Amino acid sequence: MSRLSKPLIGHSDDVLAGLRQEVSRRLDSPLRRRFLRSSLSLGGLSLLSGCTIVGENDVETALRRISRFNDKVQGWLFDPTRLAPTYAESEITRPFPFNAFYAEDQAPEVEESSFRLEISGLVADNRRWTLAELRAMPQTDQVTRHICVEGWSAIGKWGGVPFADFLRRVGADLSARYVGFKCADDYYTSIDMPTALHPQTLLALTYDGQTLPRRYGFPMKLRMPTKLGYKNPKHIQAIFVTNTYPGGYWEDQGYNWFGGI
Amino acid sequence: MTNEIDETSGSMARVHPRWLRAMHWINAVAIVLMVMSGWRIYNADPFLGFAIPNPMTLGGWLAGALQWHFAAMWLVVGNGALYLACNIASGRFARRFFPLPLHELAADAVAALKGRLSHTDPRHYNAVQRAAYLFVIVDIAILVLSGLVLWKSVQFPILRELLGGYESARRVHFGAMTALTTFVAVHLAMIALVPRTLRTMIFDR
Repeated sequence: MSRLSKPLIGHSDDVLAGLRQEVSRRLDSPLRRRFLRSSLSLGGLSLLSGCTIVGENDVETALRRISRFNDKVQGWLFDPTRLAPTYAESEITRPFPFNAFYAEDQAPEVEESSFRLEISGLVADNRRWTLAELRAMPQTDQVTRHICVEGWSAIGKWGGVPFADFLRRVGADLSARYVGFKCADDYYTSIDMPTALHPQTLLALTYDGQTLPRRYGFPMKLRMPTKLGYKNPKHIQAIFVTNTYPGGYWEDQGYNWFGGI
Repeated sequence: MTNEIDETSGSMARVHPRWLRAMHWINAVAIVLMVMSGWRIYNADPFLGFAIPNPMTLGGWLAGALQWHFAAMWLVVGNGALYLACNIASGRFARRFFPLPLHELAADAVAALKGRLSHTDPRHYNAVQRAAYLFVIVDIAILVLSGLVLWKSVQFPILRELLGGYESARRVHFGAMTALTTFVAVHLAMIALVPRTLRTMIFDR
């Protein structure tokens, strides 16, 4: 509702920002990417080595292996007690940018009355949750910086259930390696257990004091100020705890899995 | 083979020891990879209002560029740390870069601009060279530190605040890259003017 009361200028800025991101997304579509990558790495490599002895797939495999090694380094650098900086409400970025792999009007519409959050995997209690039940749990909020893998950042305010509390409530195996997420927009991602238990990791139900709007991930998003934007899933429908590497939408295409900051 | 004898005996006839030449070229490759992939990453959100032409970048798209950048960083950091350790331990640093009196630097800078700066002895750096090489060492260190803040702004809070926060660190990183590419341009121009220096950096003769 706050969105409708925004001045027209702010609103059209929003639309422009959405368009801009949509354009850049489409430019980076897998087809174009494949074309660009093959033309580029061939050119780049032959430029550097003066020959093309090194196969392209070998380079790609080596780079992915180093990226997996960097996951380990990041897990080691991650301090579970170190807090991300917090900001004053006056520092919140307005309007907070919409960002997804689709345009804003294509964000999924989730019906609150029929919505149930599914829990599965290594948990003691896998009953489904209504939004009202989640709202009945103790809530907290944070004003933190969201950093996108593209480089830009924006400050926002999210409120909801500390994710560690939620995991304990469902009796999750806290020694498991991964927590995975499946979303209403077909997005999926997964995180490491230490980050899942970080005190600032929030199962966010509100944005800026209002019910989380559709464009920011209704009915809920996982907010982690210790990870890049694409690691923060929106429109979450199902959460699972596992020891099998679940990957992610962008991660499976080559983005770094840990994505920590 | 005389080369080898020179190196083991530590003869003063040698300009650049083998380890230094190896590190120089590893660094050159690593810096090209870092800068070209870095340009692609910058293009994902060109906050200065202009984009780098994509054919000049490495990685093909953002994820590819990030993979290159976070792979080549190990080369820059590992090789750079080894370079500093070997230079300090061997005393080469003190011998080749210091002293660096300001009046000598000013006089050499004026001579360089007039095209009269001497390169007669490749074993001896003039004051402008000393200043330029020291500058690029410090500049790469700034690139590494600001890069560390961009990569891990939450995990390195002191460094982050020293650089004025995450958004400020992006500008520092870009500015240091600009300084580095300017150095490389001048460096290549000087090699074109005095091609002998390229030979000594490869064959040491």
